Amino acid sequence: MKKFMALASGLVLVASGTGNLATAQSGEFDGVEVNLVTFTGPQIAEPLQRRAPEFNELTGAQVNVITVPFADLFQSILTDQLTGTNSYDAFVFAPQWMVDYLSGGVLEDITDRVNNDPDLEWDDVGQFFREFSATFEGSTYTIPLDGDFHMVYYRTDVLEQLGMDPPQTWDDYLAIAEAANGQDMNGDGSGDFGSCISKVRAAQAYWWITSIAAPFIQTQGTSEGAFFDSETFEPLVNNPGFIRALEIYQATNEFGPPDEQNLDVGGTRALWQAGRCALTLDWGDIGTLAIDPEASIEAVQTGTGAIIAPGSTEVLDRETNELVPCDEQTCPYATDGVNHAPFASFGGWSGGISAAASDEVKDAAYAFFSYMSQPAQSNVDVTIGASGFNPYRTSQFENLQPWLDAGFTDEGAANYLGAIQDSLNSPNMVLDLRIPQNARYQQVILDTVLSQFLAGEFTAEEAAQEIFDQWEGVTEELGREDQLAAYLGTLGTITGGD
Amino acid sequence: MQPRSATRDANGAAATDGIDPAGPDALTRPPRLSARLAAWLEASPRYVYLLPAIGIVLFLSIFPLIVSLYLSLASIRLVRGGFEIRFVGLDNYRKLFVGDTQRHFLGRFGDYNLLTLTILTFVLAVLIFLIARYIANNGFKLFGTSLRVLTAIIAFGLIWLVVMTYLSGGLPGTLVVTMTFVFVGVVVQFLLGLGLALLVTQNLRGKRFFRVVFLLPMMITPVGIGFLFRMMTDTLQGPIAPLWVALGLEDFSWTQTAFGARSAVIIGDTWQWTPFIFIVLLAALEGVPREPIEAALVDGANEWQAFRYVLVPYLMPVSLTVIMIRIIEGFKIIDMPQVLTRGGPGTATESVTLQAYNSWRALDLGGSSAMAYMLLFVVTFSAVVFVNFVRKRVLEHP
Repeated sequence: MKKFMALASGLVLVASGTGNLATAQSGEFDGVEVNLVTFTGPQIAEPLQRRAPEFNELTGAQVNVITVPFADLFQSILTDQLTGTNSYDAFVFAPQWMVDYLSGGVLEDITDRVNNDPDLEWDDVGQFFREFSATFEGSTYTIPLDGDFHMVYYRTDVLEQLGMDPPQTWDDYLAIAEAANGQDMNGDGSGDFGSCISKVRAAQAYWWITSIAAPFIQTQGTSEGAFFDSETFEPLVNNPGFIRALEIYQATNEFGPPDEQNLDVGGTRALWQAGRCALTLDWGDIGTLAIDPEASIEAVQTGTGAIIAPGSTEVLDRETNELVPCDEQTCPYATDGVNHAPFASFGGWSGGISAAASDEVKDAAYAFFSYMSQPAQSNVDVTIGASGFNPYRTSQFENLQPWLDAGFTDEGAANYLGAIQDSLNSPNMVLDLRIPQNARYQQVILDTVLSQFLAGEFTAEEAAQEIFDQWEGVTEELGREDQLAAYLGTLGTITGGD
Repeated sequence: MQPRSATRDANGAAATDGIDPAGPDALTRPPRLSARLAAWLEASPRYVYLLPAIGIVLFLSIFPLIVSLYLSLASIRLVRGGFEIRFVGLDNYRKLFVGDTQRHFLGRFGDYNLLTLTILTFVLAVLIFLIARYIANNGFKLFGTSLRVLTAIIAFGLIWLVVMTYLSGGLPGTLVVTMTFVFVGVVVQFLLGLGLALLVTQNLRGKRFFRVVFLLPMMITPVGIGFLFRMMTDTLQGPIAPLWVALGLEDFSWTQTAFGARSAVIIGDTWQWTPFIFIVLLAALEGVPREPIEAALVDGANEWQAFRYVLVPYLMPVSLTVIMIRIIEGFKIIDMPQVLTRGGPGTATESVTLQAYNSWRALDLGGSSAMAYMLLFVVTFSAVVFVNFVRKRVLEHP
């Protein structure tokens, strides 16, 4: 019901004319068709498909939302555009891929459009999303539709029962998972799981390891970087910090569902909503999915807490390649002796326009993205679990009313938004890897080796060495100097904590 | 064929009595261009009929093959406004065999032990014996002997890969995993398909119904079958999860172990492809004349002997053809592992095609092409060996 009210309030806003359309006038795009591609979802595709008919009524533009599996999305867009097929006019994709798309001349520069679009309320978009996710070398190429950070979710009732606090470190996470594992958390009489983490290959599972490893590896602020050495461009994987992260990742297997290695995020989220997990690691989606009364059991609706991704009390000394305890020098941004390095993984799904589209299609595509991102629409969409959109505008953190309308309690909304803000405001936030062919480094090599490691094909040390060797192979092929320059370029984009 | 000139009038009617209706000069006048063209076309059917087909094949098949061969020797990177192809020689192949993707493609080799040494020695002895027998029977022919030695080396290499990854504590790479799917899958599918075909040729009630039912899996899209098996092997949330729970298997996962995941893929593939073998063998069985079988039974043969010595020789050509088609097709498996397990756990169910596809979608077009070429080599090698050494031998001595 609350979800319905949230949707209805959004529609009322549109009907009353509050939902602005940038420069678009009624009927301005009559007969214009925009083919927009994104991933299968259902999240992310859902709000686009839901809003497209509204947009059609308002402007006459027909937006066709085409979906492909996540693992195919990067290449699907690239192949379509580079071969001149140009069957897609607009894309909703991971900003991480922007560097490759720009090299291929795929994306339209929308800097002027954004600057001349007061309805977009660009300054309301969080600085990180404006200046990192949407921008490359000073020009704007995408409109953010989503905000992404990894967080840990916990069951407040289960932790209360166990007499344990939410996890501050990854060791805490394992301790809670062990204590909760096997307990009946949904009242069906059978034992449930201490931890549920999506670990299937060829999906989005490879992102988690960075969230676990980052607090061991990055300590000196966002510009230090957590993926490569900023002088030699050697991968920061063959070290005790990353190996410890691998061990933690593997240890969570003991407390997870039996087929965890074949679960994507849809699977783990369904388990969370069914009340079968005490802890999970996810983007912001769990918070809004948990309050959905149709899909989540009551204990989950009232007992889902969120917290910044756990940190570590030991960190990597890059000089000696050893783990050392946190102190003022080694962990200048630590809180209570715990170094947090929240990972801005993915950077939020963003909309970009094909440079090859015709002018009228570009106009319509831009107007659609602007419409989706304007507060009247996005402030509602981010409160709907099925949308997959998470908060990314300042107003979405300041105005709690849409969250309360969606079904959050005051305390729940403050807890959920607080966890995201803690990550977003961290001066030690970890930026996504945005170097040429990053998909090859992460989506293929990292993903495959992690899966092999979880399946027992490698020890932690062997897995770390394997990732190191294969990443080095790609770097040698693509050119170390070029890759290093691109890496340093992205690290210098934003300092974090703003 | 009619003489080339002066034998037909403008309407094609044959001149009958040596008098050309076109006039007295017609016999000495050179034929018109259209007539010459028609005559050339008539005399050159091989060019007329084959050239368009050759052109299409060259354009659609050979040309892309040559381009992908070049890509397999290159590294591709995006540059502003397009892409750059850099020639790297055999580097992509080096990576597969001795470089950073060797463990993924070929696997990780264990140490020799008594079992592996015994098997490899036996295989080596058999191969040497076969070559020696060929030389003894045919004399030393440079081409024939070299070809057989080369075949033996490649066959030994592939068997060595299987033995040193499966039986020595190593880990199979995508090449060995693919061969597992092919050889285990094809054997199971053939035996099941033959059994079902024999069953529905019996005088049983409802056999028409079962003929249709047995064919149904072949009509379903492979991705649909992948999802079907993915749901059925989900012991937690799948539609038959209560059955798994009732069997006490709620903590079991098909996809958590290499053996379980490979079994699930082979079961799904078998469900999909057995109908193909079934329908081909059924057609062959229905074409077998009854008389030789009845004669054998009258002469005192039992049912097994009639099957083995009368029916099997009749079925052999079709069986070998259908096996070869399935071997070639099986090597290209990608849909089932991609949908059912996404190649996991680890790389336990990742086929060469899936590995190539994963590389391709991350822009490693050179590496992907090299893998595709290695697959092409293995498929061609298997097909040639099958045709020359198995099919020919079996058909000559059924």
